[in-house]
Amino acid sequence: MSLLSTLARLEAVRSGRAEPLATVRHRHLSERPMVLVPLATAAEDGAPLAVLLGTDREAPRLHLVPQPLNRELRTEFLAAFADDLLPYLESFAEAVELIEGSEKDPVTGEKTPVTRELCADAPQLLVPNAGAVRHLALIGRATRFRRTAADPDPGPHPAPARVPLLGRWLTHLTERAQVPGSSMLLPMTGLLARHWATGQSLLEDQHLAAQLAWHHPPAGLTGAQAAELAETARDEQGQLLHPPAGPATDPRFDEKLLAPAIARFDAALTARRGGPGTGAPGTVEACVEQLRALLLGVLLPTWSDVWSGLELLRALPPAAHLPERWEGDRWSYTGHRDRLAAGEPPQPRLDDAVTAARKLAQREREQARLDVQEALDDPLAMAERRLAGEAFAAEVVEVVLDHDTSGRTPRPRPLLVLRTADRPHAEVGREVHRIGAPSAQKGRIAAVEAEQGLVTVRLLSGMGRRRDPEPGTLPEPGERVLFALFELTPRQSAPLPEPDDTPWTHGGPPSAVRNSTAVAEEWA
Amino acid sequence: MRVLSVTDATLASTMNVSLAEPARRLAALRGAAEPRSLDARALAALAANPGCRRRALLDAAGVDKGAVAGRIGNPAPFGRSPFAIARGTVFEARLKADGCAALLAPLRRHLGLPPHDDDRLATPDLLPGAGPAVRAARTAEALAEAVKASLADPRSWTLLDHPMLRLTVAGAPAFLEPDAVVVHGGRCTVVEIKSFPVLDGSADPAKVGAAARQAAVYVLALQQAAGVDGGAGPYADSAAPGAPELTVLLVCPQDFGQRPTAAALDIRRELATTRRQLARMARIEELLEALPPGTSFDLAPDDAGQPTRPVEELAQAVDSVPAAYGPECLSACELGFHCRAQARDAGALTRLGRGVRADFGELRTVDEALGAAYATGEAAEETTERLRRAARLRAEALTEAAR
Repeated sequence: MSLLSTLARLEAVRSGRAEPLATVRHRHLSERPMVLVPLATAAEDGAPLAVLLGTDREAPRLHLVPQPLNRELRTEFLAAFADDLLPYLESFAEAVELIEGSEKDPVTGEKTPVTRELCADAPQLLVPNAGAVRHLALIGRATRFRRTAADPDPGPHPAPARVPLLGRWLTHLTERAQVPGSSMLLPMTGLLARHWATGQSLLEDQHLAAQLAWHHPPAGLTGAQAAELAETARDEQGQLLHPPAGPATDPRFDEKLLAPAIARFDAALTARRGGPGTGAPGTVEACVEQLRALLLGVLLPTWSDVWSGLELLRALPPAAHLPERWEGDRWSYTGHRDRLAAGEPPQPRLDDAVTAARKLAQREREQARLDVQEALDDPLAMAERRLAGEAFAAEVVEVVLDHDTSGRTPRPRPLLVLRTADRPHAEVGREVHRIGAPSAQKGRIAAVEAEQGLVTVRLLSGMGRRRDPEPGTLPEPGERVLFALFELTPRQSAPLPEPDDTPWTHGGPPSAVRNSTAVAEEWA
Repeated sequence: MRVLSVTDATLASTMNVSLAEPARRLAALRGAAEPRSLDARALAALAANPGCRRRALLDAAGVDKGAVAGRIGNPAPFGRSPFAIARGTVFEARLKADGCAALLAPLRRHLGLPPHDDDRLATPDLLPGAGPAVRAARTAEALAEAVKASLADPRSWTLLDHPMLRLTVAGAPAFLEPDAVVVHGGRCTVVEIKSFPVLDGSADPAKVGAAARQAAVYVLALQQAAGVDGGAGPYADSAAPGAPELTVLLVCPQDFGQRPTAAALDIRRELATTRRQLARMARIEELLEALPPGTSFDLAPDDAGQPTRPVEELAQAVDSVPAAYGPECLSACELGFHCRAQARDAGALTRLGRGVRADFGELRTVDEALGAAYATGEAAEETTERLRRAARLRAEALTEAAR
């Protein structure tokens, strides 16, 4: 935690309410997001129990597995989940815009114009917390290699046709969620924690209801008291009034309510299989209804929490760079749509060396871009950089016109004498970038007098092509300026080889075998 | 002095005489209740927070912290789901079926032994029904035999199923029960069975970390038993006969099935941490000295099992031992919620996380920190100066955004 965010937390402790950590919204929010609250059982890692989802706060839809260890029931659940979620994911595939670009021929080096499709919008999934993202990734891993009846070798337990597709989408979305600044799959706890500080630790912020309690503490309670109520308050049966946002359920709920309900379901099923007349008709259905009511009761508080969080976030003005970053998500969505259409195999179990290196490079690049863009969009994010000595705000004391006469035509190289209260890591000769200049403007630190807070910067670019700077490109004395010691557009990293050219140091070209689907996986 | 219960008497009789007095006092603190055994999970949690005197003392005394927490009004929020318990039991039963056939296969693969060498495998009876002290003695005996046998014949090996190990922690004995220990080639290896899956060759790092910390406690106990001197540094593997290997075997279900897979886990770092933290742990004698006379954590249940000790008295007893609270305690200690409430009342900075302290130097409370941040005038100290700069930048940014 940075000092500034700790300070915000301290203020939240004092005020008893959440305090801002951002002045703008740093993540794209879709007009029509899909809210998804999954539950897992403690019976098996990644074994789904239920999911509540929908794009309408008033109309959530529940799917559940009445007996999480029953493979057939799990498959039925996955099929229903796929049939519910996939139409939403696919609804963004049709509307496209055409992007003109050019492609370089690898042999001749000639550039040929090409037109690429870019989906006009992309889906957005909102889940309660980071655990839900991990759970969806596990479901993705468990289903994307499943074989269907349409496969040449369907195996003994073919899955419904859309289940592997669900797995591939979930894998894509959870992978994309690892990219800094992406917004296709977002955990609400993380979203809220990025924009507001509570008076509790990051660990406690993982509980969505507790974190939200700091935003709307009931009258007469501080945020801390309200959060503790959300964490611990139980009804007379000993059940939590505000169950955790999952994906795991409260152990006491498992013990007292869920396990008996599942046992009743099992008994009803056995009775029915025992032959006609042994079980009262409709018992199995009644048991499923009981389970539905139980699970709905556990899920609904979290469901409305995610929507209240969304309301809070929507009240923030969007950051200026959001459309640019959302375009990255749209490209990612379009790319996956195209891979599915082209009939490519599912994502491999493990990435080959080149793909892994590419993904890492992309994440590093996006992280750098995100840091810069957030700082440019939000004075509070910029304050972090200023405190770290990576940027400084200053008042222009004096502008001294000067020229570089070494070339054929003299070029403007004016000196700015700046007074700052910040403590930049400014050494003479270091490159700086002016923020808020009409066009990109670079400079070099020419002199530093730390005691007086004076920094002299020689401007090197962004002043037009003439002998003297274009009007408006130089700040006036008395004007407030902002300089960054980091580059405002991150550099491109070095290109990586094609997978087929993987050097032997990295295992050589990936073999077809390793990339193929898991041959025989146990589905116990 | 309270009359010792039978378990205490056997316990005390197996300990050397100098330990008898603290053990008696610890038993008195607990009262008539059955002692909670200090298992590896508790020791690992203790090692993660060695500065916490409250936990050290209550654990050493075998007090049921969950019951105490419930009585003083901040019950521990955790329990184990019956599903998770069933899953662990099912997996272990599957491994132990048919004379441990499913467990032995991955072990043989790891040790490089041929399949079906059952005639070279010894599985001594470790008296699972006996008391902990007896079992520990029996394990020590079996361990010595197994080491001797494996040195005499390099192909022979031994599987100790649920052995009982003894480790002296801060002057008090703890009995530990690893899932299994194998002895081969004169060395022993700790085997830890966990029911979380290894998916595509990797597992949840948090769970693996917890397993490694727990296994490190077993390795430490085996080192103590083998007389290995830890002073040579944890990374120096003294290949003494009977000394434990510094890698342990983690046996987990593979992917989404129930088939077991074994993975070697290097625990040298965890071992070093555990050893250092346990050594740092305040000696129990000192903690006992510091207690006000008459302190007791005995709930003193009546015939119906209802606690009779007044809540205030119990709370006072708990609060007479200082705690070192951090948010991690909430998921690791039954008293976490109680200590959090105390830390909040005291305005301690650590309520926001242990790492926070690094930024605040001498400042310990929220009021002190905020006071320093928003005070006017010259800041004397570097910490305060930086804090004040941060507060100024934050205020400036918020005003700028409000415009």
